[in-house]
This record gives sequence, C-alpha cells and structure tokens, in this order.
Amino acid sequence: MLEIKNLQVDLEEEEKTILKGVDLTIGEGEVHAIMGPNGSGKSTTSYVLSGKDGYEVTGGSATLYGEDLLEMEPEERAAAGLFLAFQYPVEIPGVGNMTFLRTAVNAQRKARGEEELSAGDFLKLVREKAKALKIDADMLKRPVNVGFSGGEKKRNEILQMAMLEPKMCVLDETDSGLDVDAMKLVAEGVNALRDGKRSFLVITHYQRLLDHIKPDVVHIMADGKIVKSGGPELALEVENNGYADILAEVA
Amino acid sequence: MAVPSIKLDTAETLIAAYPTPTGAKWADATRKNALARLREMGAPNKRDEYWKYTDPSALTAVPAATAALFENDERPMFDAIDRLRVVFVDGVYDPAQSDDLSGENVVIETLSDAFSKDIHWAKDLFGALETDGQNPVQRPLATLNTAVADQGLVIHATGKVNRPIAIRYVHSSQSSDAMVHHVIKVEEGADITFLESGPGAARFNSVVEVDIADNGGFHHVRTQGRDHERKTVTHMFARLGRESTFKSFTMTVNGVLTRNDTVIELTGDDAHATVGGASAGDGKGFHHDDTVFITHDAVNCESRQVFKKVLRNGATGVFQGKILVKADAQKTDGYQISQGLMLDDDSNFLAKPELEIYADDVACSHGSTVGAIDDDTLFYLTSRGIPRSQAQDMLVLAFLGEAIEEIEDEALAADILDRMDAWMKRRQG
Repeated sequence: MLEIKNLQVDLEEEEKTILKGVDLTIGEGEVHAIMGPNGSGKSTTSYVLSGKDGYEVTGGSATLYGEDLLEMEPEERAAAGLFLAFQYPVEIPGVGNMTFLRTAVNAQRKARGEEELSAGDFLKLVREKAKALKIDADMLKRPVNVGFSGGEKKRNEILQMAMLEPKMCVLDETDSGLDVDAMKLVAEGVNALRDGKRSFLVITHYQRLLDHIKPDVVHIMADGKIVKSGGPELALEVENNGYADILAEVA
Repeated sequence: MAVPSIKLDTAETLIAAYPTPTGAKWADATRKNALARLREMGAPNKRDEYWKYTDPSALTAVPAATAALFENDERPMFDAIDRLRVVFVDGVYDPAQSDDLSGENVVIETLSDAFSKDIHWAKDLFGALETDGQNPVQRPLATLNTAVADQGLVIHATGKVNRPIAIRYVHSSQSSDAMVHHVIKVEEGADITFLESGPGAARFNSVVEVDIADNGGFHHVRTQGRDHERKTVTHMFARLGRESTFKSFTMTVNGVLTRNDTVIELTGDDAHATVGGASAGDGKGFHHDDTVFITHDAVNCESRQVFKKVLRNGATGVFQGKILVKADAQKTDGYQISQGLMLDDDSNFLAKPELEIYADDVACSHGSTVGAIDDDTLFYLTSRGIPRSQAQDMLVLAFLGEAIEEIEDEALAADILDRMDAWMKRRQG
C-alpha cells in the first residue's frame, strides 16, 4: 500500500511551495481518484512520487509497502512497483517501442533479482497485451510515441503498465486529449489490471473517466492539500457544481 | 623583397620528408605536377579558413609524432561478412595477409604494380579528381599524397561486384607515417562496396579518388580505429555520372586527431550522393573534423549530409559542410544536418554549414544543433525502471543511429551500431 504523510514540496528553481502537507493512504487493491482545480498540486504529487527532478521535499514521507520512495532513484521506485502513466508521454526518436519495453521489463526483473525474459517469451507476452489494447505490430515497431496520436500514446502508456505489472499505478490525467472511444479503451485496459491487489491513483479533472474506472475513494485537492475525501458521489458533485462549493465549504 | 613564408618552408620540409617520386612512368608527370602544386599552395596552416577549427600542425610535423600501439580486443571489423580482404600494415600492402586480388566483375591492382606498367587507364583518374577538388578550397595534404604515395589499390569495377573490397589498415609501428592512395573506376551500371577499417599508422594520410559512370553505384563504409594517439587525415574525391549513386559512411571512436575531407561533384543528371558520419569522443585528446564539399553541377541531383557527434570530457567535434549549386543545377535537392550531443559541459562542437546557390529552382536545407540529453526523456526511461546510465546510452545510441541509418546495407549498419554500443558500455562507470 501507498502511504503519503504530511508531504511538503517546494519547486527547486523558485521559492514556491506546491504541496503543503498531503496525507493519503491507498490500500491494497483500492482505486483512489484525485480531482482538483488547475495548480492544486495533483500532477506534482505524481511527479514527486515517481522521482522527477526539480522538486525539493521539505517534509513528510511517502512509502510503498513500507519502502521509502523518496530516498530512491526513479528506476528503483519503478522496480519497487510504482508506475506513472504520463499526462504527456515523451516521444523518443531512434528507440524502438519494442526495444524500450523489453529493456524496461528486464531492467526491473534484474533489479528485483528475477530472471530476464527471453526474447521469445517477451514477444509472446507483448503481443497478447498489445492485442487487448488494439495496439498493432506497427506501433510496436515504431520509435517510442513518435508519430502516435493522442489516443495511441495513452494506450501505449497502459501497455507499459500491463507489461511492467506494477503494484501501484498512478495515472496522471490519462483522459486528457482523448475522445470517448479512446477513453473507453484506456479504461478497459486499466480495469483489466484490477486484480484486488494492485492499487491505483487516478488523477483527473473530469468525472467522466471515473464512470469507466470506478474509484473507491475520491479526494479533492486544492492549494497543495487534500481538502475533502469521500465516495464516488464526490466526483459527481464536482461535475455538477464545480469546485467552488466544496472549497467554500472547507475554507 | 622576398615574402617570408612559413607555409612554403613547411611544404618544403614536408616534401623533403618523403622519398622523391620517380619511376612511376605514366604517373610521373602527375606526381611532379602535384609537387609543384603543393609548393605553390603551401602546407595547411591553422590560419587557413578551412583549418580554423582544426590545427593541422600534427599532420604536417616532420617527423610525425609517434603513436602508441593499441591493443584492440574487439573482433576485426567486417570479419563476419563475405568479403575480399586486403591488408595494409603501416600503410604498406601485405600480400601474405591479403586475399588474391581478383574477383568477379572487378580488376584490382596495387598502386605500385600499376605504376610499373608503361600505360594504364588510371592515368586519366590518378591525381585528376584530387586536382579538381582543390578548387575552390585547397587541400594540400591530398596533393602531398598524390605526389609521394606509392601504396594503395587501383580498382576497376566493370559490373556488379558481389564481394565487398575490405581493406584493413593495421598500425604496427609506433613511428609509422603512411600515405595510401586508391583509385576506383566504376563503369556504367557497375556497383561496388568499398570498406575500410583500422587506424593505418601513427600518422595516416589517405586519398580515395572514385569516378562513377552513369548508373554506377559506390558504397563506402569506414571505421577509423580506436588507437588513442593516431593522427588521421583522409580525403575522398568523387565524381558522379548520370543516375549514379555514391554513399559513404564513417564511424570514428577515439583518435587524437581525425580530419575527414569529402569532395563530391555531381556531374550527371539524377545522381545521388550521401555522406554520413557518427563519431564518439571522450576526453580532451579527441578532435574530430568532418569537412564536406558537395558541388551540384547537373539537373535533378540529390545530396545528403548527415553527421552526428557524441562528445564528453573536453572532446571537440567539427563539421564544415558546404553545398554549392551551380547555375545549371536546377531541381537540386540538397540536405545537410550536423548535430552534436554533449554529455557534459566541457566539450565543444563547432559547425559551419554553408550553402551557395546559383540556380533558382532548388530545395536545399541545412540544420545544425548542439544539445544535451533531454531531461524529460531521461526521466521517462528511468521511470520505467531503466537505470540512468543505461537510459543515457540508449539515447546516445538513438542519436547516432539516425546517422547510421544512412548505411544502406543492414548488416553493416548493425555492425556499426554494435561497435558504438560497445564504446558506450566501456565507458559505464
């Protein structure tokens, strides 16, 4: 399980506090959603968890199944079971998607002291998972995300998630830039990974993604803190009334 | 009043350092003429415009500085492919280590054998393309080579040559100072692959003159040897006939000084020329210079220049690339890209792209960039569990791969990519 306690984070480049004491506990197999207005610190939370440069943790802690995430390099966090689906997946010319996937899978296995997957086993696995996400052979051969449409990029994120089999998946605005059909496909990919053990943190602006990926708990984040938590009905409330009422209520 | 000339003195000193060329029969006049031309132009000097970024003094010093021998533990380049193997040791042809100089659709002789004949077809070519290539930019070290070299191959391709001619240049003496001169004639519709590998000598000066007739094809892949202390200057002069193809690629890792000059003249319509290079340098002792001059003098020709350099720890990369489009060379498609990837803040990439266009219906583009590895990309890879150093290597290889892709033969390209990968792995801490 993921435990975030009183997490406080500044931007490294400028004196600006982004997270002002985030508390969040996601149990095994649970799906939590974070919603909140722009600039509330949702994406920053995902970056700090995964170890992106440019942020300074000034207080608090974040652990995954007891392991201190904040002390680890990004690759160690990944090997420990954390996965971030990017809001804007990076295009990498010259690196084949398949090569990338295989290198990542085997790097994690190696880091965990497991045997690397053979080329044949890997190929079998990736084909099977890609098929479910309607990712064709061509997309696997092409350089990572290069020339992919918005929907293809997000599906490719979910494919990576499916291949890496993380314990804790963080989805950063995975619905942004997706049409309804693409969102459904992505949501199906995520739901297929729900196995009662794997946990999810879904960051989104809109309730509609949560129609497809049903959360156990919804949190509202504002000004670097989680200001309200509740059931799925909280997302509906946001959808109908916006954030103003909730923010006024907790202020 | 006599004009004091350091250049002239250096030229004389250089000329005196090599045996006077005699007994070359049909080539005597060409070689004497080369001596006279060299005296007139003088040795290169760092005040020369085209030596501004690369100090030629190590290439003109007499005697040449020694270079320690390097124990290369990699398997020899190109050894996995079916090829005609030719070995030069310190610039001297070694028949014992070489295959028979014979093949289907090709006649191969050593330059010294050719020199001993009373007449030879190479008379029209030897030194001729080099002479043409002196205008408008002088390349005195090529002229010196024409004047004094008696080692090299004279190759006449009369049809499709199935086995690549693969030259291996072995560096065996610490004080070797080698001149090698190859003359290659590709007849109409003929096609040949010419491979070169190895450091050659402590100091190595090579000239390749290649004349490609209509519909001919010439494919060249070269690796320059990992010897740290070697000094190398190469010259490739190519003339392309109608619908002919010229492709040349060079990989360079290590080497204290490398200057690769490529001079191409597209003289027949619809011809294609590609020159590419991937180089990797580590340390202040690495200086690598690609200087390319492509002249479009025919209609509807295409030329590509693709150069990528990875530099770290004070290494220097230089690119000087020019496309000259003459007034009658309409429908020219000229492309040029040079990129430096800096793995730290200490290295240098110096680029001088030039376009000179006199025709009015052409498409020419050039780009030159220098940058570091993108942090967001690196984070993306590490966030998937790939260790940082491995992720960095993947990105470096991807960067170089865009130049290596210019090699047509996939097996050769894969081999080059493997060598680059190995270079990277050796440098992992």
